[in-house]
Order: sequence, then C-alpha cells, then structure tokens
Amino acid sequence: MIALTVNGQSHEIDDDPGTPLLYVLRNTLELNAAKFGCGLGQCGACTVLMDDQPIFSCLFPIAALRGRKITTLEGLGTIADPGPLQRAFIEEQAAQCGYCIPGMMMRAQALLQSNPAPSDAQIRAHMETNLCRCGTHMRILRAVRRASDAIQKAAAHSKPAIKP
Amino acid sequence: MSAADSRISRRAMLKGSAALVVSFSLFDLRKLSAQQVPAHAKLPGSLDDEPMLDAWIRIDAQGKITLFTGKAELGQGVKTSLVQVAAEELAVAAHSVELITADTQRTPDEGYTAGSHSMQDSGTALLNAAAQVREILLSTAAAKWSLPKQRLTADNGFVVSDDGKRIGYGDLVTDELLHTQATVESKLTDPRKYRLIGQSLPRFDIPAKVTGGVAYVHDMRMPGMAHARVVRPPSYSARLREVKTDDVEKLPGVVKIVRNGNYLAVVAEREYQAVMAMYALEQAATWEESATLPEPAELFSFLDKQPAQTTTILDRHGPADAPTRQLEASYRRSYQMHGAIGPACAVALFKDGAVTVWTHSQGVYPLRSAVAKMLALPEDHVHCIHREGSGCYGHNAADDAAADACLIARALPGRHVRVQWMREQEHTWEPFGAAMITKVRASLDRKGNIASWEYEVRSNTHSTRPNRGGNLMPSWHLDPPQARPPPRALPLPDGGGDRNAIPWYNFANARVDHHFVTNTPLRVSALRSLGAYANIFSIESFMDELATLANIDPVEFRLRHLDDDRAKEVIRTAAQKFGWSKRPKASGRGCGLAFARYKNQGGYAAIAIEVSVDKQTGQIQILRAVAAFDGGQAINPDGIRNQIEGGIVQSSSWTLHEAVTFDRTRITSRDWSGYPIMRFSSVPHSIEVHIIDRPGMPFLGAGEVAQAPTPAAIANAVAAATGRRLRELPLRLEPGAAGKE
Repeated sequence: MIALTVNGQSHEIDDDPGTPLLYVLRNTLELNAAKFGCGLGQCGACTVLMDDQPIFSCLFPIAALRGRKITTLEGLGTIADPGPLQRAFIEEQAAQCGYCIPGMMMRAQALLQSNPAPSDAQIRAHMETNLCRCGTHMRILRAVRRASDAIQKAAAHSKPAIKP
Repeated sequence: MSAADSRISRRAMLKGSAALVVSFSLFDLRKLSAQQVPAHAKLPGSLDDEPMLDAWIRIDAQGKITLFTGKAELGQGVKTSLVQVAAEELAVAAHSVELITADTQRTPDEGYTAGSHSMQDSGTALLNAAAQVREILLSTAAAKWSLPKQRLTADNGFVVSDDGKRIGYGDLVTDELLHTQATVESKLTDPRKYRLIGQSLPRFDIPAKVTGGVAYVHDMRMPGMAHARVVRPPSYSARLREVKTDDVEKLPGVVKIVRNGNYLAVVAEREYQAVMAMYALEQAATWEESATLPEPAELFSFLDKQPAQTTTILDRHGPADAPTRQLEASYRRSYQMHGAIGPACAVALFKDGAVTVWTHSQGVYPLRSAVAKMLALPEDHVHCIHREGSGCYGHNAADDAAADACLIARALPGRHVRVQWMREQEHTWEPFGAAMITKVRASLDRKGNIASWEYEVRSNTHSTRPNRGGNLMPSWHLDPPQARPPPRALPLPDGGGDRNAIPWYNFANARVDHHFVTNTPLRVSALRSLGAYANIFSIESFMDELATLANIDPVEFRLRHLDDDRAKEVIRTAAQKFGWSKRPKASGRGCGLAFARYKNQGGYAAIAIEVSVDKQTGQIQILRAVAAFDGGQAINPDGIRNQIEGGIVQSSSWTLHEAVTFDRTRITSRDWSGYPIMRFSSVPHSIEVHIIDRPGMPFLGAGEVAQAPTPAAIANAVAAATGRRLRELPLRLEPGAAGKE
C-alpha cells in the first residue's frame, strides 16, 4: 500500500508501486480532470501539482510520491464554488474541446502560486510545456491573465489568495 | 409525379445510393397542394430527412422540453447554439430545456457532424421545428379557449391570452399532438425580437470541463469495467507471424488476450496493467513487414505520376480582353494529421448477442452500419451512443477505437470494456489529411485583369469514413480481413480534394480539373476543411503573385474580380480593421491577406496577417491576425469567435510546423517530438475576429471557415517580408534565405 495525499485527503493505494500517478488519480481515486495525452511527458494534459511544482502525472510512479502533496484541478474548486482560476476560464470561455484544459490550468496554477502577478511574456513562456490542438491558446492566456488580476484584486482587499 | 414523390432525400443523394423517396402522409400532401408548394420544395435543414416534429422536440406533461439532435458536441459549442435556436422559437429559457445528442436509439439520423454543417442542418431543423411546435401549442390553446390565435402568445413555457388566460405547454400536449410532419413553411420569430439568438450565451459544457466533472467518454466508469489495449501492427502491411502469449497471460491483472488474424489486443482488470501487458505483447510478437510506401523524398513526383480519374469541374468561357502576360505555378501540401490531444477511446458492452458502444465518433448511425457489418450482426443489435472526446478535427481514430471496443467486448460478453489508444498508435494509425499538388496558370490583360485561369488539383480521396462497410481499420486485421471499399471522390458542391478548387472570382475564362488518384499509400481521410486548405492556399497565393505581376494592390486586385457583395464586404472589413492601407513595411516584416467562401456555399472569411521573419534562422512568427467573417445569422458570437480564433491557430500550426514523416515501410512521426505542433511561444501575438451579422439569413456554419484562408495569408505575408514565395505546405524558409531576392 502506498500512502498518497491528494487535494488534502490521505489515501492508501493498492495499485502496483510502479503505476504512474495518472492512472491512480483517474481510476482508483475517480478524479476526472487529469487526462492521458501521450504518456511521454510531451503534451501536459496530465499536469498536476506535486507540492507546488507542476509534474507530468503520466510519468511519475506513485512509489516516488510518498509524503508529497498532490493537487489536481478538483482541488481548486467545484462546479458550484469554482476557484479564481476556474472562474477565469469560465468567464473567458477558454475551452473548445477542453481536453487539454485541466493540464493547462494546473500549469497556470503553479505559476500563479509562485508569482501572482506574472507579465504576459512570463505567462506565455511558462505555458510552453502544454499542447492545445483546438487553438484555444489566446483564450487560455487571457484566462490566466484574468485570474492573476482577480487574485491581486482579492489580495488588495485582503481576501484569501489563490493558495489553499 | 406528386410533389412528395419528387422529393429525394438529401442524405440518399449524399450517399450516392439509389434514390430513397420519402413519402408524405396523405394529410401533408393535401396541405402541400393547398400551399401550392413547388415540386422541389424541401423541408428546412435536416427536417428534410426526418420530418416528424416529435423526433426533434418532445414536451412532457410537466412541460419539460427535450430536444433531439443527430449532431454531436465536438468541442465546437454546438450544444449551446442548438439550444439557443430551439429555445428562441419555443419562447422558453435556454437553461430550461434538455438536449439529447447523437444516439442511434434516440435521435434523428443526421449522418456526420462535419463540414461546418451542424447549424445549417440541425440548427435549421430545430429552429423550424420549434417554431412549428410553438404554433401548434398556440392553435391548441386557441381551440381550447375558443379564441382567435392572434390573441395568444407563447411566453416562457405558457400560452397566455390577452384577457389573462394562461396554460402551461405540458397541459396542452397529448401523445399525438407533436407526432406530426413538419411543413415547408414556418412562422419564424422576427430577428429584431430575438432574445437568445445573437447572444453570447456561455457554453453549457465548460463548467464541468474546468472543474473535473465527467465530460468525456474517457471519463466513463461502468461497474466491473475492464481495460483493454490493442497491439497495432508496426506498419500498414505488417502481418503477424508469431506471438508467444504464455508469459503475457501470467502478468498481473491480465484477463484475456484477443487474437484474430493480425488483430491483437489484451484485456486487464486495471488500466495500467493493460498498458504493461500491451508492451509485453508487443515484445512477444513477430511481424513480417514490407516496403509499400513511396520514397518520402519523392512523394510529390510519385503523386504526380499516379494514374488519375480526371473530372473537369469548371469550364467557363466568356468575353475577355487579349492576354498580355502569363504566369504559372505549382503548390504542394504534405500529409498532415488530426493529432487529437486525447488518443481515441471507447467503451463497449456485448450482451445477449447485441453490442452497445459509447463513442466520440462524428457519426453514430454510419458507425452502427459499419460495426454491424464487421460483427455480422443485424443493425438493430448495435447501439451507438455519442459521448464527447478530445477534439477530432475530422475523421480521426474515433470510429476505429469504437470498433476495437466492440471486437474486444465480443470476446468478453457481459463486461464493459474500455479501450484507449496510445499516443504512438494515434500518430501512426489515424487517417491523415491527404497530400496534394495543384497547378495553376493564368493570363492578365493589359489592364491587369485576369483574362484566363486554368487550375488542376491532384489528390487522393478526402474521406474514408466508415459509412460504407470495411472502412473500420481494425476490421482489416481480422481473419478473414474485411475488404476495403475502393476510394471514392466526394461529390461537389462540398467536394473532397476539389473542395474550393473552383475560384469564387468572376474570371471570364476558367477551367478547373480534378485529378482523383485512387492509389492511396498512406491512410487518409477527412481533415478539417479537406481539400479547401490547399486549394485556397494555392488560389489565394497565386492571386497575390498575379497582383504583383499586375502591379495592383492585392486587396484591390481581389475586389476587382468579385461580384459577390458579401465576399467584398469581408475583404474590405478585414483590410480596414487590419489597417491594410497603412500597413507597416519594416524590414523582415510583411502583411498578407486571403479570402475564401468555404465550399463556395458556406461562410465567408477574409484574414489579414502580419508576420516577422528571422533572417538568420528563417523562423516565421505571426504577429497578428485580423479576420472578418460572415456566416449568415450569427447565433452565438463568442462561440463563432472561439471557432475562428481556434481555426486560425490550428491552421497556422499546420502551415508552419506540420508534415507526417515516413520511410518506405513505416510512419516515423510517432509522437509530438516527431510531429511538433504549435506551442505558446509561436502562437500569434493577437487575433481579432470581426463578425458581420446577417439577421434572419440562413446559417452558413463557422467551424472550418478559417482553416483555408490562413495559409495563404501567412505565405503572402512571408512573400511581402522576404520577397520569397513559398509554395509548399508546411512553409519552410531555410536559415539565411530570408533576405530579399
């Protein structure tokens, strides 16, 4: 059994220790957001946070994640109470098919956690890792910008910031 | 021949099969003759194929409205737009209705969700069906209250009278009320009174997609579901000589190995167990391969030499001034892939001799026929249900994955089986967009007008969809293999390789030939916009080459050769919003514009692009793109902008980055490192979309209109920046070659 902490909850996982995290998230824990895209760390559809770092969950075996804190898109909010980044993606309608979007959002989340006020160039450079095939890039960039602005506005009013 | 007898189903014509005559009931025949409808009158949109109103709209006793469409959500936002048009005419709130999409037991058969046809076909059907249902409800209430219908209105699910009577839709409907044929004419709402059409309603599907809801077939979990992976042959013609399965069978979780001829798959309890077993099985298999592919460096000369069926699709003669100058050029397009971010997936259950499959196919009904043929089952023993997938952009591996799930589920009756392809399988086995060669020759008169135009396009088929049995790839590997139907050219006006090969310009003398090549060495099928992508690239690049020869501004040159005011307006709008007349002319920067009316019958788009070119590396960067679009009545402007922005980026990616690679035996672009696509660093710095709305005009579709003008706009901008005319897709400038010629 491998102990995993996902979105603040502890789980005992009986999958083979060599199983990449993605399969455990999707099948064992029934979390839909992280997606299988390539299994090769080339597209970012499976991106989640390990502590504060974005990782390719399709590559990371669960045995390497003991004691780490995993955050998936489900950890940022719910459909009834979306978090700032989720609200921004809805407001910008930043999806077409949407398959790449959870990975995009987790990569953006990592940026906003470390730098709540990135420049447009920093956002573009940071998002380089993730692929989108529908061509939603312009909206994704706008949504990350919007989330950043919302977080800063909230911080100015000393409301809770994006970091849980 | 009666009016009804002469009505030939559009789908029957599309299929090219024997004419299927849809007959009206006697009641409707009477109505038709009373209205003196001309013999060719068609019902609006897909109502022509499925005329029963309750096939599209049902209302239960509580007043709950359910809409049915044969079209599928592919990430283009069609669900939201379809609800908008129906809710508009039903006079209800958009969120109060439910929409059921493509399902062979529940919805109309609308063929494929493709070709920017959804709003034209299904949107038009639902708009008219909803208006007719509303009028039936009004008439029913009028009869009930013995009031003239003019005194009643439909309002948010109720019929109300001017003297204060009020009754819910649910209290008016009976079982038979909506079980009636649609009529040709509908009493449509005045566009000036629209509440929903023309509004940028947020898409219904996005909240679940950004919060981890169940959104895709990939997310389905059924009780006791097993996971499968297929071991695909390493090349098109590979034959499985031997496979040692003993060790693989002993791997953890392995439930079953499925082998049938060259078809090999493994089922396991858990998904990653299936992946590991698939890799083990790959190692255990020995294949016999042969070199069946053309020499890659000689692809275009190979294609040029293949025998072809030639059809002259335009032969126009008219008065023109004597030609004074002549120009010719040839353009090429490499094989390119759909490249879904999520590899194809399906879930199937085989039980009691029947199969149910959840699939992201673009056409559940054609898939049902193909699966029935593959499994030798009657069609009513195959149930195909659409669930969303990763964006497909045409005929990709979705149908094949459904076939895989059905084949594997048949070997494991009573258990749901989920199968997903691996990245390398998607990259090497999906049907690609076909390579193309075009040749064009034109002459100018002394005023610089085009006196003659001759154009040829040479390509394979642009559709091998599974509507005819044998086009499901997994069935080719079975013993005995299912025979592949011979490739067929798609008929105009939509066309295939010849889509948009006929210029929209008013050239007095023009000839266009389509050379249809049947030899198909690489698997190909419909990739978003089909032949339009390379045909418009060729036509619109050559228009700029001719404008240069004539020494006329390229925008002015296009306008001179157009009669269609809507075409002129998108060009003028794009040019004006872009600032064409005062466009920057700095070194290493250039601007280009291109225009197309998609399929010569769909939406109009003009796109202006500014690029910069790095003279050292030859790298082309799009700085900004400005598009003007006219798709008739705009239903959801933000949805249209999303499609056009996306179309420009996707087409830019094809144009600047993408070519399938292969050797004599295998496809070698096996993943995103071998087939790079556009990343954030190279997407345009800005994209603007200007929509020219046409209230009350027919829906023309938006999903694929940006694909075709984009490559020529880029190539024209590169030519302006560098003096170099690039005529092969993808566009490549060798390092150091970017200086002015």
